Amino acid sequence: MSVAYDYKVRTEYKGDVPRLRAAHTVVAEFPFQASLPIRGYTRRTLFIDLDTMSVREKPVTEEMIDIFTGGRGFGMYYLWHAITPETKWNDPANEIIISPGPIAGNPQYAGSGKSLVVTISPMTGIPIDCNVGGYFGPLLKFCGFDALEIRGKAKADTVIFIDGPSGLIRLEEAPEETPDSHVAAEVFTHMYAADAKDLQNVSVVSAGKAAETAYMGCLNFSWYDPKRGAVRLKQAGRGGTGTVFRDKRLKALVVRGPKMGPNLNNAADLPSVIRVGRIINQEIHDHDDEQCRMRRQGTAHLVEIMDAYDLLPVHNFQYGKHLDTHRIDSQVWDKRFTQAVPDRCWYGCGMACSKGADGHIVRTGPYKGHIVTVDGPEYENVGGLASNCGLFDPDWLLEVNFYCDTYGIDTISYGTTCAFIMECWEKGILNAERTGGIDLSWGNGESEVELLHQMWRGEGFGVHVGKGVRYLQDLFIENGWGDPQFIRDIGMQIKGLEISQYMSKESLAQQGGYALANKGPQHDEAWLIFMDMVNNQIPTFEDKAEALHYFPLFRTWFGLQGLCKLPWNDIEPPDNHEKYPGPEAAKVPAHVDNYLALYTGITGRPLDRASLLEQSERVYNFQRVFNLRMGQGVRAFDMPPYRAMGPVTKAEYESRAERYDAQLKDIVGIDPAGKSTEEKMALHRQWRTDRYNRLVDAVYKRRGWTPNGVPTLETLKKLRIDFPEVVEVVKAHQE
Amino acid sequence: MLRVNDTPLEFEAGMTVRDILRRRNYVWRMIAVYVNGELVPRTTYDTRQVPDGADVKVIHQIAGG
Ligand code: SF4
Repeated sequence: MSVAYDYKVRTEYKGDVPRLRAAHTVVAEFPFQASLPIRGYTRRTLFIDLDTMSVREKPVTEEMIDIFTGGRGFGMYYLWHAITPETKWNDPANEIIISPGPIAGNPQYAGSGKSLVVTISPMTGIPIDCNVGGYFGPLLKFCGFDALEIRGKAKADTVIFIDGPSGLIRLEEAPEETPDSHVAAEVFTHMYAADAKDLQNVSVVSAGKAAETAYMGCLNFSWYDPKRGAVRLKQAGRGGTGTVFRDKRLKALVVRGPKMGPNLNNAADLPSVIRVGRIINQEIHDHDDEQCRMRRQGTAHLVEIMDAYDLLPVHNFQYGKHLDTHRIDSQVWDKRFTQAVPDRCWYGCGMACSKGADGHIVRTGPYKGHIVTVDGPEYENVGGLASNCGLFDPDWLLEVNFYCDTYGIDTISYGTTCAFIMECWEKGILNAERTGGIDLSWGNGESEVELLHQMWRGEGFGVHVGKGVRYLQDLFIENGWGDPQFIRDIGMQIKGLEISQYMSKESLAQQGGYALANKGPQHDEAWLIFMDMVNNQIPTFEDKAEALHYFPLFRTWFGLQGLCKLPWNDIEPPDNHEKYPGPEAAKVPAHVDNYLALYTGITGRPLDRASLLEQSERVYNFQRVFNLRMGQGVRAFDMPPYRAMGPVTKAEYESRAERYDAQLKDIVGIDPAGKSTEEKMALHRQWRTDRYNRLVDAVYKRRGWTPNGVPTLETLKKLRIDFPEVVEVVKAHQE
Repeated sequence: MLRVNDTPLEFEAGMTVRDILRRRNYVWRMIAVYVNGELVPRTTYDTRQVPDGADVKVIHQIAGG
């Protein structure tokens, strides 16, 4: 890993553009009047029906802005109106909605370029929302649209090209290009840019070929990196957005916007936006090196920290640390990432954490021998694809990371699924006969990649693996391959979505953070482990419930606005703890004030801390009712597998026996002396399950929900989302 | 005996803030340390001695996630 990698050298695919383009057929063309937003909104959205190959505009009403704000809120609003409770992910009625939010697009404040993707998830059957970087959302808005809504299914592979400067939307059949994203993003960027100077004004959304067979397909959003001369990717990873995309036979969405400027949002008060932007970028400049080192290491800086606190998932979340972690920790990535260029996935982001490992020579599969830039790995990829699978080889990690991205596979779901099947292999639930000869021993990076190739080819055990943990649990149980209870206990999924890469066994609040999240267990709703397990700042059920009220709502707000969460708390003002002792510091109040100024500066609308939370609370509760409408959204769906709550196996218990014995003695009030490990495990299970249920009671109460987890009519009324169709859904559940 | 984040830690004469961080393996960089309610400047962790019976809070700022 000590070789110098040239960040400008990589295999190029753009030479094939003329041939590929010649094979396109224009199916439909629609002129439109491009326009820039005013105060963050364009006040119209774009609706495309692939069944009829038709396009129309829809107005954005004042009520939409007032109730749903934008971004994830607009996504939920459109999806609700598009589908019925019976709609499945692969029905034509299911939509993919991409919306950037009102703040997205200004370059002054770090992290202001996100897009939100909403669809019915193949993994869960309920709405999924993903917050993703790259330029697509902001450029869409600068063409004139606050959201893009796509329904139906095309008859052949289709590219949708939204060309702002020409005022034209074109639907083209595109038969020849591979959908694999490291190729597709480069090809389509060069195909649709007017010239070399225009490359930065083009962004592509695509999903690779494995997303056609897997449920865990992701979407890749591109941006052009002029320093590298490369097209880079960020992922809308969770829940199968890429699967829905390929099911609609979308090969790519391409947007071409105007040249980027300092205020294309036409902010109401640009000086205020500039003022808070300067504050955050100065903080990052002055303090990132002594705080998170995001600019050098991205989120990979967390690897050894999580290991030190017994939070890094190892061997399917059995353990929280490993002796070989140093082989994949931030020191390795600090050297392996290219440090010569700022890696920002939106203009002006001083945090610039979208690191890239250049010069990876692909070892396997259809791109063997190609030289590629791997986007990341980020912490989740290291935790999921590597340590959780017992893999401590950075080069194999890069290989798996590369293929996940280009094939369109969510690294988090894939990591957790691989970890699950590797434990099943270890425990004899799987063997070579059942996997078609794939050896799933811990640490076998080659097998991890081969399963991806199988998904891509649409054959073999990999096709099952791509459908995720819940599908595999059902398959193994149906085949009688193991004890059903054990298979349920160790399969780390909730609501059908795989848990992301943090150990939650010793943090009750984080168990709630995962299991109570609307879309399924993704840490972007709540990450409370330090507050809870290490700082001991939220000891009571009510304290934890308050944290599980505030933080998910605060974090939801980023998704309404088109903001990145990272500049909120991966950098903090040096006087944060002086000014705000106690749990308040975790909110980073100075940054909250920045966001209030930023929102008002862009939109001209007043906002205080309470109304910020209310914006989120409306959409959050609407989404909860949406889950209920889809036949879920009640308590039974908010239960984690036992592995997320406590030790499932004797080996797990005995590896931390001192801790578990002390808990029995000091907290449960039972002397463990003379008890067998099995007896102590049973006592733990009872205690841990009971306290989890008590936590859920407290959270539901704090959120204004019934004991079964349904928003009460009073809550809906208070939030002004008591629309007749919403009330209709909840009224049968008001016990 | 000290209380560190509301859990007991054996006191040793001459113990500094840095010693407590080492004993607890608190390696996270984004922390704030309070001894008996008073915020301890980061630059004094190596020299600041902690008295027996002190209530020590080592607050880890959330990041990542
Ligand atoms: S902080 Fe990182 S992920 Fe977020 S916008 Fe900036 S570069 Fe992108």
